[in-house]
Amino acid sequence: MKSDKVLLSVEGVTKAYPGVVANSDVSFSVREGEVHALLGENGAGKSTLVKMIYGLVKPDSGRMTWRSAVYAPGEPRAARASGVGMVFQHFSLFEALNVAENVALGMENPPEMRALAAKITAVSQAYGLPLDPGRMVGDLSAGERQRVEIIRCLLQEPKLLIMDEPTSVLTPQEVEILFRTLRQLSAEGTAILYISHKLEEIRALCDEATILRRGRVVATCTPRERTAREMAELMVGATLTPPLRGEKRVWGDGAAALEVTGLSVASPIAFGTSLKAVSFSVGRGEVLGIAGVAGNGQDELLLALSGEVKSGAGMVRAAGVSVGAMGPTERRRIGFCCAPEDRLGHAAAPDMSLVENAFLTGSVRKGLVRKGFIDWAAAKVFADSVIAAYDVRTPGSHVAARALSGGNLQKFVIGRELDQAPEVIVINQPTWGVDAAAAAAIRQAILNRATEGAAVVVISQDLDELLEISDRFAVLNEGRLTVPRPVQGLTVDEIGLMMGGAHGMEVAHVPA
Amino acid sequence: MFRLEKRPVPSRFWQGATPVVAVLLTMFAGGLMFAVLGKNPVEVIRTIFWDPLFGEFAWYLRGQLLVKAGPLILIAVGLSLGFRAGIWNIGAEGQYIMGAIFGAGVGLAVFPTENRLIFPLMIVAGAFGGWLWAMIPAILKTRFNTNEILVSLMLVYVANAILAMAALGFLRNPEGAGFPGSRNFSGYPAAQNVELIAGTGMHWGVVAAFITVIAAYVLLQKHLLGFQIKLAGQAPRAARFHGVNPTRLVVLCMGISGALAGLAGMFEVTGPAGQITIDFASGYGFTAIIVAFLGRLNPIGILLAGILMALTYIGGEMAATNLGLPSAAIQAFQGMLLFFLLAVDVLANYRVRLFTAMGVK
Amino acid sequence: MLGGINPAVLIASLMVASVPIMLAALGELVVEKAGVLNLGVEGMMIMGAICGFITAVATGSPVMGFVGGAAGGAALSLIFAFLTQVLLANQVATGLALTLFGLGLSSLMGQGYNGIKPPLTGDVPFGPLADIPGLGRILFSHDWVVYFSIAIVAATWWVLNRSRAGLIIRAVGENHEAAHALGYKVQRIRLACITFGGAMAGMGGAYISLVRVPQWTDGITAGAGWIALAIVVFASWKPWRVLIGAYLFGGITVLQLNLQAAGSGIPVEYLSMSPYLITIVVLVIMSSGKGRASLNAPAALGQNFHASR
Repeated sequence: MKSDKVLLSVEGVTKAYPGVVANSDVSFSVREGEVHALLGENGAGKSTLVKMIYGLVKPDSGRMTWRSAVYAPGEPRAARASGVGMVFQHFSLFEALNVAENVALGMENPPEMRALAAKITAVSQAYGLPLDPGRMVGDLSAGERQRVEIIRCLLQEPKLLIMDEPTSVLTPQEVEILFRTLRQLSAEGTAILYISHKLEEIRALCDEATILRRGRVVATCTPRERTAREMAELMVGATLTPPLRGEKRVWGDGAAALEVTGLSVASPIAFGTSLKAVSFSVGRGEVLGIAGVAGNGQDELLLALSGEVKSGAGMVRAAGVSVGAMGPTERRRIGFCCAPEDRLGHAAAPDMSLVENAFLTGSVRKGLVRKGFIDWAAAKVFADSVIAAYDVRTPGSHVAARALSGGNLQKFVIGRELDQAPEVIVINQPTWGVDAAAAAAIRQAILNRATEGAAVVVISQDLDELLEISDRFAVLNEGRLTVPRPVQGLTVDEIGLMMGGAHGMEVAHVPA
Repeated sequence: MFRLEKRPVPSRFWQGATPVVAVLLTMFAGGLMFAVLGKNPVEVIRTIFWDPLFGEFAWYLRGQLLVKAGPLILIAVGLSLGFRAGIWNIGAEGQYIMGAIFGAGVGLAVFPTENRLIFPLMIVAGAFGGWLWAMIPAILKTRFNTNEILVSLMLVYVANAILAMAALGFLRNPEGAGFPGSRNFSGYPAAQNVELIAGTGMHWGVVAAFITVIAAYVLLQKHLLGFQIKLAGQAPRAARFHGVNPTRLVVLCMGISGALAGLAGMFEVTGPAGQITIDFASGYGFTAIIVAFLGRLNPIGILLAGILMALTYIGGEMAATNLGLPSAAIQAFQGMLLFFLLAVDVLANYRVRLFTAMGVK
Repeated sequence: MLGGINPAVLIASLMVASVPIMLAALGELVVEKAGVLNLGVEGMMIMGAICGFITAVATGSPVMGFVGGAAGGAALSLIFAFLTQVLLANQVATGLALTLFGLGLSSLMGQGYNGIKPPLTGDVPFGPLADIPGLGRILFSHDWVVYFSIAIVAATWWVLNRSRAGLIIRAVGENHEAAHALGYKVQRIRLACITFGGAMAGMGGAYISLVRVPQWTDGITAGAGWIALAIVVFASWKPWRVLIGAYLFGGITVLQLNLQAAGSGIPVEYLSMSPYLITIVVLVIMSSGKGRASLNAPAALGQNFHASR
């Protein structure tokens, strides 16, 4: 329960990196047992702030207090010793190690393995998050992995639990389970610092909210007393307009432009999910949204569609041609383009210039190769036109891809594919980690291409995004795809059921 | 203390300057090493780097420069293509030996026929021998995902054993009174790799090296394959997304580097070395790895690095005869050069920030 | 063809022959478990061989020789550690440089040590146990390093799989980002592992120059370091399998030497290339097992870590 005693107070903290001020004079406080939201867009400085609280980053100036005493953790160990636990959004589990080993790595003085396993089972039951300590983490679903992180923290009996975007990997039902756990913790006196950009969640869960924009605190409010729209405008600093849809029309004979029939491929990724008899079809001018929690076969589906993974004859047909045996180059030639999720390293080569990255996929459709020799002048023209048409903020096309911000590089990567006038386009996570303005621009560009007659498939973990831009909607679950349904009239509960509910994980809740 | 900060774009200045800095640092550290060995460091450094070019015997030694640099450049350019693509052919020494055996074998098989086609045929055979030897790790890698570093290296030892068999057995000079070693090509004009311009050391292998440098430069700058090689090395997943077939790339890069190493071996055995002997393998295949890195995996850079490395060979020999410097010293010196190069390379990709307890300076 | 070769003698001598590669492979296994690929094993071994030789000759104590060998290997590995962990140099290139440099430096240091006999490393006195027929020859007639090498296999297994230090090493090799996020000092842990690997390779090298040969010649390790690297792959990063792999290769070496000595009909060159060819065959078999072995490979192997933010 929320008390009046201040647990953690952050006072005037500033942290700068070369070229960016991540946090500027940030102040807020968290009381014991309070659920406090840290709200802001991607790049608003939320992550840097919590990394300072967790001892991973040192502030340039300002100070923090913990129960009124000076708090300056030099490393995560010190933060954990004070009673701070953190559940990371990414990068903190070891796939080839089992649950108990993963938990032990996050503890200062873990008990002997067998005792630890027993403790994990006990705590996981008590908080309604069942977990088998002997299982390999690589074999767990995203939701289960998050449980590992939460339990790792809970075993330390933290006074403050930091959660970084915890629901981005959960189904709606799993979110409910998580919220119940968090409320139970709060009732027991644990404060929770909840980082998110999802407004409805914050309104449902949090007692207080600190809103960050471009590294500064722009407002502090009680979320229940504000509308989601008010908070959104505080967060973004502008009024948001939903994307405009072009007029629907029927193209040609109405035949499907992309037809996937019984697509089954083994995952080329370690601990990946193989695709099992995935079937769908998309017509010209139509947007199919594919939802699903991370790690349910999204990456594999993109690889199979882009041609990086080959599939059996007839499983994938684009523009009437069976493309299963074709590589990426041949697929592009017939107008079938893809944009993978991972911008740096997959969709673009980080150390290459934007010209080279434009050539990366544009070589075929833009005719940039003659007799094996590359026309770099034409490639530069193409890169510059993408930069201009999609409002990519960069000093020029000679800049290396990794020098661009996430949003700008994403605009470049999507723009590069859309600018080739594809007949069929598949995009995985179009707006992941992108600020709201760039995300809106990207969604609009995708819809525009659909209006021009392309068949579009958008794979995303952002349900709101999919509901906003798709005509039909399907869910990938453990490598299987549900039957696509029209978006109109779908309820959140129905979507949750399509997503496989809570992945069959029973809820063993102690009434709070 | 200092901290490294990744540059948004690699520094062009430091990319060019690091090899020079590395050479200077190596001269300094090498000088220390020579001083420990009880030699006058200034004199040794001068003997290695100055005398071969401008000293008393420069008229002869300058020609030797090309003789030594030719095979190094030829092999290093081939290796650099693979290294750029993330394909680590470490067994160029073995491919060099096999190229020599194949090339010499073809020539000796038709001895003493005189025909203008013999030498070109031997060139093809030499390239083929090196290519064949490189195909073993290439195919094992693509078919069974076997580590090409270890396989290509193991094959050096196998090639050395085959070399011994050739020198003692199937290529031994029938008129050699039972001594090991093949016939000497200096007595077989149709199969000999002659010096093209007297006193310059310029032979067909050097010509091939220059052509290779130019071809590799064009390939990397202008050709689709060059782009794919660079892409595969920098971002393998992006390369597959672009449409690079990794299997094809491995076979191509290994094949090119093997064929070039084989060519180098063939030109060496028919020219400067003259014959197949047990100790024919002189470590060019390994030194070329240093040359490739010292030249920043860039053909023009490799050209310069190859000449520099040839200088250390010749200067090292001079220092050995004139100053009694152990011949192993030069090998350690070359290794040191690679260390310093790798160390200062950090400057090209990172900015070094010094900081004190007070904060970032 | 095996006529005249006593199996007990053969097993006993393969145990001796396998010591250098076992020690070096075990060291490299720990290094790779921490996510670092050090291709300089050959260079570290030969530095260990010469440093151990010089120390043993200077002090007259073979035990000090092994200490010196370990120190020599570790010293060279520190160059690798500094370049790859602090200056973020490419691990493959740095490892190769280490080998090239080690070969050159060792032959430089070895000037004047050719033809000298090092002090003898005696067998551990087991008394009457050594006289048990067969078994005594195999189990109780070795020098201390043979027993030490087996003990260190067990110790490495225990540390990696049962201790917290081992868990942290595996975690760093699996996902350095995550380990960093939890507050582990990735670079320092890797540095320690690299040094251990260097010391083990150095000891292995010293065993060659002090016991196996025993004298100093240039290039004395003759590719043993590369075979050690191959054994790590063969062992799929499991310490006990390193023992098996080392015995297997030790066996092949001893067998081919015995066949050469016995004057079998097989040409010497075929016999001397056989260990390398068999290494290749074994590598192919291990790696073609459809990723079973590769799944056990540390996920961050060969990648440098730079904490950006």
